[in-house]
Parts: sequence; C-alpha cells; structure tokens
Amino acid sequence: MNIEAVREHFPILHQEINGHPLVYLDSAASSQKPRSVIDAVSRYYEQDHSNVHRGVHTLGSRATDAYEGAREKVAKFLNAAAPEEIIFTRGTTTALNLVASSYARSVCKEGDEIVITPMEHHANLIPWQQAAKATGATLKYIPLQPDGTISLADVEATVTANTKVVAVTYVSNVLGGVNPIKEITSIAHRNGAVMVVDGAQSTPHKKVDVQDIDCDFYALSGHKMCGPTGIGALYGKKALLSNMEPIEFGGEMIDTVDLYESTWKDIPYRFEGGTPIIAGAVGLGAAIDFLEQIGMDEIDQHEKRLAAYAYDRLSTIDGVTIYGPKENRVGLITFNVDDIHPHDVSTVLDAEGIAIRAGHHCCQPLMRWLNVSSTARASFYLYNTEEEIDRLVDGLLKTKEFFGYAIG
Amino acid sequence: MQLDDLYRRVIMDHYKNPRNRGTLDAEAVTINLNNPTCGDRISLQLQVEDGKVVDAKFSGEGCSISLSSASMMTEAVKGRTYEEAIGLAERFSGLMKGEPVEFVENEDIEALSGVNKFPARIKCATLAWNALRKGIEQQHQHE
Repeated sequence: MNIEAVREHFPILHQEINGHPLVYLDSAASSQKPRSVIDAVSRYYEQDHSNVHRGVHTLGSRATDAYEGAREKVAKFLNAAAPEEIIFTRGTTTALNLVASSYARSVCKEGDEIVITPMEHHANLIPWQQAAKATGATLKYIPLQPDGTISLADVEATVTANTKVVAVTYVSNVLGGVNPIKEITSIAHRNGAVMVVDGAQSTPHKKVDVQDIDCDFYALSGHKMCGPTGIGALYGKKALLSNMEPIEFGGEMIDTVDLYESTWKDIPYRFEGGTPIIAGAVGLGAAIDFLEQIGMDEIDQHEKRLAAYAYDRLSTIDGVTIYGPKENRVGLITFNVDDIHPHDVSTVLDAEGIAIRAGHHCCQPLMRWLNVSSTARASFYLYNTEEEIDRLVDGLLKTKEFFGYAIG
Repeated sequence: MQLDDLYRRVIMDHYKNPRNRGTLDAEAVTINLNNPTCGDRISLQLQVEDGKVVDAKFSGEGCSISLSSASMMTEAVKGRTYEEAIGLAERFSGLMKGEPVEFVENEDIEALSGVNKFPARIKCATLAWNALRKGIEQQHQHE
C-alpha cells in the first residue's frame, strides 16, 4: 500500500490546524472521506437525483438504479446471500434499534433472556435494556476477562436455552480487541438464540463475511468507513426479516392501504418507510468501491502495523496506561496519562494539530468496569502513518511537560 | 491558539489546590450534575440560611477547567443571597461568551475568560455554575 498515494485521495488531510499539519487520529468516531465519495454524492445531485421507486421518468430510473446499485454493493461487500437482506438505515444505532424493537419485542417474553457484554457501545446496550423492560425478559451480561477480552467459557456459562438474543460487538470501540464473533454465534445458535453483531468498528477495518460468521443480524455505519454521515445498513437473514414487522409506517413501505387496514411491501422495502437516504447510499456505494480498490486485507495489515507501533511507543512513556488487549486488536489505542484529565490531554494535542477523542466514548458501563470516568483514544485508518504516531508521542511528552510545569 | 491563554497560573493553582472540596451535612442542598458528553460529574452542596448561601462544597471528577471553575465558584458564592448567586452565574455565562465582565467577589474567576477561545471546553467550565443555578432554583421553590 502506497500511503502517500492513499493520502492524496483525502482532501481534508492536507491542511494545517493551529499552525501544524493536521494529524487526524479520530477515525473510530468518524472517518474522513476520499474525493471519489464526495464526487459521487455531488454527481448524483447534479445529474441523477429524483425520488426512487415511483417516477416513470428517466431521472426516477437513474435514482432507483443508483440506490439499488448501492444496496447490491453493500450485500457483496458483506457477502450477504441476496441484496434484499440489506436494509438501509441512518446508521448502526438505527439498525440495532430496528432489531430490538421489531424482532426482540415480538419474540421475547417473561423468563426469556437477552445476552450482551459490558463492552457494548450505548447503541448496542440501551435498545436491549429497553426491549428487556418492555417484554419482561432478563438482560444478562457476559463478564469480561481482566484484559478486556471475552472467554468462550463465559459465553457458554451465560447463554442458556432461555436466551432469545445474543448481541455483541465485533470490535470494541474502546478496547480495540477483536471478539471471537463466529464462535459466539455458534454458541448462541446451539442454544436457539439469534446472534446480532454490532459491526460499526469492524466493517471499516477488516474483511467481513456474514455467511461465514453465520450471524443473524449485522449492523454498520457508513461514515466510519469513508462514506457520508446519515447512512448505514442492517444485514438480516431473509427468513428472519421476512417475518418481522416494520417499526416505521408511511410512504414507500406499503403494499395496499385501506381506511382501517394496510399491508406491507416485501423486504427490504417494508423497513424503509419514507423517501430513503438516496444520496447517502450512493456515497456508501462509492466508499465500498474505494475500500475494495485499496483492498480490505491491505487496510487490515496496515492498521495492525500502526496499532503495534503505537502500542510499543506509547508503552515507553512514563505514566501512560493503555487499556485493552495487546494482541489481536484493530488500529485504536485507548489510554490515560497519570494526573492529567483526557480533556486536557486532548486540548494540548489539538494545539499541536493532533485530533484525538477524549471522553467516555458512549461506553459508560465499560468506563466503570475500567474504573475511570473517561479516557483518551487515538484511532487509525488507512491514511495514517507511523510519522503521525511519532507526532502523537511527541505531543504526549509535551503535554506531560506542560502540565508538570503548570501545576508544579 | 495559545495554551497559556487557557491554562493560566491561577487556574492551575485552583486545580492543584481546590478550595472547598469535600461534603457538607446531608441536610444541605445537594445537586448532582453530569456532563454527559464526557463523563465528568460534580456533586455540589450548599448550606443555606435566611436566604443566603453560607457554605458551599463540591466533590466529583473532572478536568483542570471544570475543577478549578468549581473551586472558584464555591469561594465566590459564600455569603451571597440567592439573587446575588444567580447574578454571579449569569455574569459567568457572559464571561464564556467573551463579554467584559468583572468579578469583584473573586477576581480569580476572570482568569477563565480564556476558555471562550476553546469552545469545546466551555461545557467543562460551566458545569459547576449550572449546578449552582439548579441548587438555588430548587431551594427557591422549596421555600
């Protein structure tokens, strides 16, 4: 992978922030966009835009082709069995809420169990909390190992014949570890439960094959994988989706409407009420083209190199604590600097042109498990370099020096 | 962007040696506030007598800006009537908007004027003051 050539694709990277070349280390929150994605969205609006699935005119057909073409790209990217197994949503949050509100609320009853983990992002936690409250099901947690990994023995011990749903993230947005999602899926299935995978942090960084994992649902966000904001997708197995009720009602999702009764379209349309996110889907399709052109395995390897380099370099700084497993992780490092709040770390780094994330990362239960109120996080993507990690390390040394001096 | 504009010496002094950190009796007016965007939290307690704040203490977790701001606020609010306390909080909002306000009650507070140039940190600085407003309003209704 020619990193300089890759960086050329991203206009936003070539600017100075506070007098320094920008070092963008917050891609786990939202990635930057290549020129091809920005252009695809503009071109769509300049040449092809209309509403989809209704107009008989030419632009109506072009818009429909663009939108459905994007669905096919997502399906192929995840190796789904068919395009209708892909539902476009606003993002991972909406996708997971759809499963919790439609599937879980109709299937779960008192005495049933929903199983998640303490490392879940709020988006894969609160929908299940709410579904459990609404149905009387019990919410159970697979405990974490001291290094923040999941042991399959704990999964076996937590998932029972009463479990109806197991929902786990593929990759933690804080710990960075890759969970044994295929094995967890197999345990869920052996107990008769469906498997829901939060793919927000895995899809941008590694090759995903939903048929190989055999998960029942898989959620992703476009904006974390070089696509626009406001577009994401839910993959669901056809047999399950076909028996699920919509949760939003209105135009676009109906078959016939009478005064007192209505019927729904087939999947995926029954879950896409209203005018869909057409330009967003087009942008997501362009993002997938871009990622595939670089190669997902190449991206994975590049990030693993960066993660190992960053882990080693940050470990050498006195007073820096790194959270999460050392091995089998994606390109993000969550850490704290002794006696300096992550906000203060982030402000000093920003003055050096370095963007990192500071806060609870939408993972309050995990913060309590780590026994911290917040952390700093540097996350990498295909456009980051080892020199940028060196700048992060220099920035952290400067932060320590500044605060050591300032508070004496 | 100058870091020294934000992290002035007086702020660092309050951060390192916070005034009024601790707890009061359970009967004191107690306000727990979170900054949901970052996980910081403050527990502010106000001892009130005859329409005045006679004592104030705070506990919680936060960055240099939020803790120093809480420290300065608790110093300034002691001995103030409810109206004066709300007036202080309003003047602090003005300070965050870049308005030229003065704090004769505690000139240290003026050092926080630099936060105005760091918009992402304004929420840190205002957390304790929002707790103060909430506490006074709560007590006002109670009486």
